Amino acid sequence: MARVVLVTGVSRYLGGRLARLLGQHPDVERVIGVDVIPPPDDLGNAEFVRADIRNPVIAKVIKAASVDTVVHMNVIATPVGAGGRSAMKEINVIGTMQLLAACQRAASVKQLVVKSSATVYGVSAKDPAMFTEDMEAVRLPRSGFAKDSVEVEGYVRGFVRRRPDVAVTMLRFANILGPGIDTPLARYLSLPVVPTVMGFDGRIQLTHEDDALAAVEAATFGAAPGTYNVSGDGVLMLSQAIARAGRVNLPLPTPFASVTRELVRRFGYIDFTSEQIEYLKYGRGVDTSWITERLGFVARHSTRQTFDAFLLAHPLGRVLPWDAPEEPTPVTTIGGVAR
Amino acid sequence: MSDAQVIPLNPDREPTGDGGASFAGEQHLAGAFRFLRRRLEGSYEVDDFGFDRELTNDVLIPSLRPLYEKWFPVEVHGIENVPSEGGALIVANHSGTIALDSLMTQVALADHHPAHRQLRMLGADLVFAVPFLGTVARRAGHTLACNPDAERLLESGEVVGVWPEGFKGVGKPYSERYRLQRFGRGGFVSAALRAQVPIIPTSIVGAEEIYPILADAKLLARLLGTPYFPITPTFPWLGPLGLIPLPSKWHIEFGEPIMTDVFTEGAADDPMLMFNLTDQVRETIQHTLYKLLMQRRSVFF
Repeated sequence: MARVVLVTGVSRYLGGRLARLLGQHPDVERVIGVDVIPPPDDLGNAEFVRADIRNPVIAKVIKAASVDTVVHMNVIATPVGAGGRSAMKEINVIGTMQLLAACQRAASVKQLVVKSSATVYGVSAKDPAMFTEDMEAVRLPRSGFAKDSVEVEGYVRGFVRRRPDVAVTMLRFANILGPGIDTPLARYLSLPVVPTVMGFDGRIQLTHEDDALAAVEAATFGAAPGTYNVSGDGVLMLSQAIARAGRVNLPLPTPFASVTRELVRRFGYIDFTSEQIEYLKYGRGVDTSWITERLGFVARHSTRQTFDAFLLAHPLGRVLPWDAPEEPTPVTTIGGVAR
Repeated sequence: MSDAQVIPLNPDREPTGDGGASFAGEQHLAGAFRFLRRRLEGSYEVDDFGFDRELTNDVLIPSLRPLYEKWFPVEVHGIENVPSEGGALIVANHSGTIALDSLMTQVALADHHPAHRQLRMLGADLVFAVPFLGTVARRAGHTLACNPDAERLLESGEVVGVWPEGFKGVGKPYSERYRLQRFGRGGFVSAALRAQVPIIPTSIVGAEEIYPILADAKLLARLLGTPYFPITPTFPWLGPLGLIPLPSKWHIEFGEPIMTDVFTEGAADDPMLMFNLTDQVRETIQHTLYKLLMQRRSVFF
């Protein structure tokens, strides 16, 4: 069956790469990429349609091309470049609502894939070490991208109830990082002096950008709709990541951390919500066995390899005098001998 | 990182006893430098829970060892009841104002078990919310006391330690020493049943006497947000000196394992069975405590 795929958010890095990737797939007849601004890079076989998903016009695009698969990549993590937090929230929440409304009306739509985020699990000291998909947040996110993600998932669940005939897959990504993508975490770890919260050290999980695309591809062509966590194997401690990057770790007592966050935010370099401060303190782990069992997807890069790939592609110069660790050490799993 | 090749500077000289000692010292120093370098570069491993095996084995346990071997000293019984491989759940009594008893159990298993097993403890959520303490606890392999974490650790074949009395146990007054408190809701039993691992009732004698709590300053505790504020014969009267634990003689006895693989699947959802097993574990520990106390000649010897 030749398929017609609509990809939203193609002017952003991941959306653009996904449109190119799907355009090369033998089962795909047409890829339509939509966004409000033209994509900076060539979309390959994919066609670009300038449309705003916050506008009912998107319904016409879906109908005209009788789109059967919608891949929603336009849930954005940072207001930098989106025109501020309120614009970001509108793109994420109103955009998703409009897109889902359009999908609900379109009889041709048979499949929906939504990029979500592991931030929906919230962050707190009471979190289990690893979240599985059936667990709920101990402390629900209250601001920023994390809250948007919770709301987006809520609307998607509503859509699942109203259109049970559509196969819906949501992918909860741990922080996506890699050679090309620009994320708040990438910017944070690129600071020469990295402020952290004194006395705390979060566990960080990373998804390589190539693995993120492969996961969306697996969800699009796989036959197991559902909600899945996506991440590379293993974790890095925040302090460990900063050390590997050769940056200076600057632990600040909690009150100063909030002040610093406000300063960095004012300069518009990184938007840091209080949610993200909590993340630096406690971190988060997600279990990825479901996607492996049901979609056969295995991330090819571990968290550590993803981080090293990021470092390799960002020759920002090391702040600390010693060299980067020479060889990547093998990833350990829990268990095994004690010594 | 491969070990540096050793080239003798003066091959003609006969090695003397003194030279050997300084050579060993150098090697030790070189090892310490390599360790420090790995820490500064971030080239070490942590597992999914944040457990840092290298830091635990090379820094945390050695720093507790003098306390274990010299100060208290701890005598271990029945260590063969802890399996050499596969998961097991250690359930023990809790006392002593600060959770030194759990740390001593960790040292006992790491140093004196033939397979040098790492104890992965389940801690209260308060532990992980406290700066530094929470971070060190994660590095030492401990995690939040919740069923998902307990089952994940047990199923991956780790030895998990749980102190079900929690703060009720560590913060109880000296007059109630060696009397077990309520054992929570017995969630640990269902975790062991689901993972089909043995439960090892463990009794610790000696920890009650290290900081005898004479009174609990409840008002201060509320101000500081701690579960209790202990008044001991030395704390807070002697300031930091009051933090030195009294050198009591310790006994840790790992009891006969209670096998859980004899129960059918779904047994973990039978509350009556859970209550009975929880009681069985609690009674075993209480009786062993009385037995050990009867055998003890004095608190300090």
